[in-house]
Amino acid sequence: MTGLLATVRIALRALWVNKMRSALTMLGIIIGVGAVIAMLAVGQGASRKISEQVASMGSNLLIVMPGSLTSGGLRMGSGAQMTLTLDDAYAIERECPAVAAVAPMVTGVAQIVHGNQNWSTAIQGTTPGIIPARDIALVSGRPFTEQDVRAAGKVVMLGQTVVENLFGARDPVGQIVRIQKAPFTVIGVMEKKGQSLMGHDQDDLAYVPVTTAQKRLFGAHFAGSVRFILVKAGLAADMEQAERQVTELLKQRHRISPKGELDFTIRNLTQMLQAAEQSTRVMSLLLGAIASVSLLVGGIGIMNIMLVSVTERTREIGIRMAVGAKVWAIRMQFLVEALTLSLSGGLIGIILGVVSSEILSRLAGWTTIVSPLSVVLAFGFSGLVGVFFGFYPAYKASLLNPIEALRYD
Amino acid sequence: MAVAATGRDLAASLQTGSGETVIEVQELTKIYQVGDLTVPALSGVTLTIHGGEFVAVMGPSGSGKSTFMNILGCLDQLTSGRYLLDGLDVGRFSKDELAEIRNRKMGFVFQGFNLLPRASAQENVELPLLYSGVPAGERRRRAREALIRLGLEGREHHLPSQLSGGQQQRVAIARALVNAAPLLFADEPTGNLDTKTSLEIMELLTHLNREGGITLILVTHEPDIAAFSRRVIRFVDGRVVSDRRQEGA
Ligand SMILES: Nc1ncnc2c1ncn2[C@@H]1O[C@H](COP(=O)(O)OP(=O)(O)OP(=O)(O)O)[C@@H](O)[C@H]1O
Ligand SMILES: [Mg+2]
Repeated sequence: MTGLLATVRIALRALWVNKMRSALTMLGIIIGVGAVIAMLAVGQGASRKISEQVASMGSNLLIVMPGSLTSGGLRMGSGAQMTLTLDDAYAIERECPAVAAVAPMVTGVAQIVHGNQNWSTAIQGTTPGIIPARDIALVSGRPFTEQDVRAAGKVVMLGQTVVENLFGARDPVGQIVRIQKAPFTVIGVMEKKGQSLMGHDQDDLAYVPVTTAQKRLFGAHFAGSVRFILVKAGLAADMEQAERQVTELLKQRHRISPKGELDFTIRNLTQMLQAAEQSTRVMSLLLGAIASVSLLVGGIGIMNIMLVSVTERTREIGIRMAVGAKVWAIRMQFLVEALTLSLSGGLIGIILGVVSSEILSRLAGWTTIVSPLSVVLAFGFSGLVGVFFGFYPAYKASLLNPIEALRYD
Repeated sequence: MAVAATGRDLAASLQTGSGETVIEVQELTKIYQVGDLTVPALSGVTLTIHGGEFVAVMGPSGSGKSTFMNILGCLDQLTSGRYLLDGLDVGRFSKDELAEIRNRKMGFVFQGFNLLPRASAQENVELPLLYSGVPAGERRRRAREALIRLGLEGREHHLPSQLSGGQQQRVAIARALVNAAPLLFADEPTGNLDTKTSLEIMELLTHLNREGGITLILVTHEPDIAAFSRRVIRFVDGRVVSDRRQEGA
């Protein structure tokens, strides 16, 4: 249909002729769409990251640490005292029914050497309880056993970062590495966990049996004692009960009187993470709110520009009708104009939003996720505003007599 | 499609020779409603205009000249009475049919020029051709020809704001002529122009009437301008008070 084509051409010509107005309208849409997409991407990215970290930490976790939390706050030197022992950990596992898994931890930093490669990483001595406690999955090999712990076996499980640095893409299971000159057999490789809340690489570590760590690696610091104990409750609902049971047991074992000061501290890791998750959610909401404001401002901008030019455009419609434009030609022209502006503005806005999210994640290191919903939402809203305020006044004007449109003010 | 076809047939049937009755109005009234107030702008106008005539419409301000002309030009609707254009009752036409009639049969020249402010002279003149589906190349050629005829060569790409009042009015006349419409309506076309330019425009319009055979209906306050015409119709309070033929200057 040549009439339609001609009308499209008329519309594009009119857009070109009114460059300033077209550009400003598009700018409103671009800013609205771009800002919403970028902000929601940041918010979504942050909450996704937190959820991942919560999952990677393992759920329903308590940390039992030496030293006490006085009413005045954390006592100085907390954790420096070695009041927790391996036996405490075994006792908790044995005697606290609400506890599902226990992992005593002895930690330090050491070089791991393989061939001519070496890598300095966190070495964590623990028991097989670490597997359920931290929800660890292995990509190859096996976890260590009670037998490895009893024998203080020279076996090691490696995190992905360590594997990458020492072995590249090869499977290290069965290979020998040296930690402080002693040869260790690699028995397993852990699945990737990513970064922690603090931006700490959770794959840059190696697990060895706790006894091996005490006796062979960090013996000077940890003669029989452990740095902290991870305690996992069976169910989320069991957390408080588990905390109570552990407290009672340790008070007994450490011979602390009912009113006496505790020489250990229990922290609820899940609660801490949930608090973090909560605050991210608040931040996401806030970002969303800011984004909706910019969408609204963009929308009002579009509206303003369109409405300000209503008088001029109504006269234009009058002129066009006087020289013979039919009603549908007028409507089509303005519909095509409005659609062209909204679609191209929206498209540029989407590109802008996606690119700025990408830049934010590259430059600031933030995780950003562009969700299709935010794209649809932003595009839909500005598009509707653009089309409505572009087309509706023209639609109304097309109902007038040519002379009424010509005289409109 | 059906509508367009009717419009086209109609436009074809409008081909009129000189001397035939082109416009016939009977007991034409127009009443504006302003809030609770009814303003009668035309009260029972009956007259006939033939092909090739040059009619000047005169009268005091507010007497209904523009209203009359806008109704004849199918830009406005009458309240009661009949308007026959080449024997066909205009009241029966749809909006789109009226648009087609304006496009093919009528040209307009207004006091305020009514050009698209952001379109060049060339684009303004092309406008009627755009709506009658003339292909781009021919459109450009005919618009250019019309501009040249009106002495606007070299001004094709000027915006209206870059042209003088007289030049703008000539662009408007070029636009009115470009579709070879047989009827030309001019509402105080010289109202915004100085005397010298006014005379130039009037000579142009007279020439179009005499040599081009265009039926010209012109509204004016000024006797000097009306003197170019062959027939003067005088309005007072929405009625025709005199209708005199005269020898043109
Ligand atoms: N849109 C309108 N709404 C209400 N009344 C109107 C409208 N247009 C014209 N009128 C009234 O109709 C009457 C005739 O107006 P019209 O414009 O036809 O006069 P005119 O003879 O052209 O005057 P002028 O010489 O000043 O141009 C006037 O009383 C005017 O106030
Ligand atoms: Mg008037």
